[in-house]
Amino acid sequence: MSNTPTWTPDQPIISLKDVRKSFGDLEVLKGVSLDVMKGEVICIIGPSGSGKSTLIRCVNALNDIQAGSITVEGQEVHDPDLDKLELRKKVGMVFQQYNLFPHKTALENVMMAPLKVLKQGKADVEERAMKLLAKVRLQGKENSYPGELSGGQQQRVAIARSLAMNPDVMLFDEVTAALDPETVKEVLLTIKELAAEGMTCILVTHEMGFAREVADHIYFTDRGVIVEHGPPDTFFDAAQDPRTKEFLSQIL
Amino acid sequence: MKSKHIPGIHQQNQTDLPVLHSFKRRYRSPSEIGFSEWLAGLPAWVPFLVLLAAAAWPMTALAQGSNYTTGQAFEALLRWIPFLVGSGFFLTIVISFLTMLVGTVLGVFLGLGQISQNRFIAKFCWLVTQTFRNSPWLVLLFIVMLSFPFEITIGDTIIPIPDWIKAVIGLALPIMANISEIVRGAINSVPTAQWEASESLAFTRFQTLFQIILPQCIKRMIPPWMNWYAILTMATPIVSILGVEEVLNLTRQAIEAEDNHPELLVPFYSFVLVIFFIYCYPIARLTVRLERRFAVKL
Repeated sequence: MSNTPTWTPDQPIISLKDVRKSFGDLEVLKGVSLDVMKGEVICIIGPSGSGKSTLIRCVNALNDIQAGSITVEGQEVHDPDLDKLELRKKVGMVFQQYNLFPHKTALENVMMAPLKVLKQGKADVEERAMKLLAKVRLQGKENSYPGELSGGQQQRVAIARSLAMNPDVMLFDEVTAALDPETVKEVLLTIKELAAEGMTCILVTHEMGFAREVADHIYFTDRGVIVEHGPPDTFFDAAQDPRTKEFLSQIL
Repeated sequence: MKSKHIPGIHQQNQTDLPVLHSFKRRYRSPSEIGFSEWLAGLPAWVPFLVLLAAAAWPMTALAQGSNYTTGQAFEALLRWIPFLVGSGFFLTIVISFLTMLVGTVLGVFLGLGQISQNRFIAKFCWLVTQTFRNSPWLVLLFIVMLSFPFEITIGDTIIPIPDWIKAVIGLALPIMANISEIVRGAINSVPTAQWEASESLAFTRFQTLFQIILPQCIKRMIPPWMNWYAILTMATPIVSILGVEEVLNLTRQAIEAEDNHPELLVPFYSFVLVIFFIYCYPIARLTVRLERRFAVKL
């Protein structure tokens, strides 16, 4: 990077300014701006098709954008010269469908990226991977293949896999949407602990109770714009915009 | 109502009630097992029945009114068997091995080229694949046979290129194209979410392909690959047309050496049929078994 931006922790770690994204003629994000400070947990909620997932997928450059700017630690994500690999080492992502590597055991899933991408030593990585699996309460499952684990267990392996890269920010894209109700809790608990440890998190979620409990700030999106945002209590108890009110009345 | 299973033919179970069938693709991709399934479905005694029928074949002898008997024909066959197998069928196997080796190496590169992000490379590899997949094998063989030199001169040394090497090149072209499709199809059968997951873990495209995607689909490629090996082996006799001295060519020469008695035809060619069967049948059975096992596993 020619002009390495100087980022200090008192500036937003992630900053979106007037982000526009379209798929062909369909404009999915119509000018979205938001800031996330280090250690903050923000939740993005909103009806299906409102662009929530697209929004966070733009943050680690899985999707490109047409206009606006996204910075992570002061670095422009959509700069064509950006080293995407460097960005993705800082930004972890967990998906709705877990997307574990089916041909690797839980432990190998967690170890793969640090070994192959960060080229760290095997003994080190293995020790850390074991700790991470213990942290997501999966001791004893190290040698299980994803196909032998429940949805909730797979999702926790996916979280551990992301954490193994030591990211500064974690993105969670509807991580409980595909889970059985009884396994949702264990995944949410893991995320809650992570948030309590000070990990910066952006969550797209439909779990309103969880959002209220864990988030520092809630953003409500509809049809590609942020309709309303605020701290959880204000947001859930004193929503201003009629669209927010309607959504909340339907979902709560 | 139970319908009898016909090897190689997939039939829906019959019923009088209206039934909504699940959507099924009519088109069978090259990676699906067709030939091996059919071959493996044959009972093992089928070609031996042919050989038996050949033994009981007195008609021609009667019609010709010659003194040459079926017994003599089989005696002649026994005399020729070591040569036909050791020289002829051995070359058939060498040709099939080398063709498969060359075709696989080139096909893997071509298949990977088809999924290249460089649009020119992808389009080019697609075109090469489609061209050779849709060309008659015999035409490709003729082109290679006639357009390649029979020797290369480097300085003072003349390196001859035997016919069978040219046959290998000619046969390797369609094999290459079909392997290319197997590779492309297998890679595309892995959900794109796998690409995204490894991308977001900062794997490069190359790392993703070789460490995440290919290890997942390599098993899926083995049965169709073996299927093509069986098809290829069965097809090698066409190189006899171009004078390569493989088993079919030598069989014809053997019959001629035995004074061309018509009684020789059935025993000799049945024997060729049987050795091909003995060689390909186990491969087909194994292919179908692997296909079933991998289908359940992943």
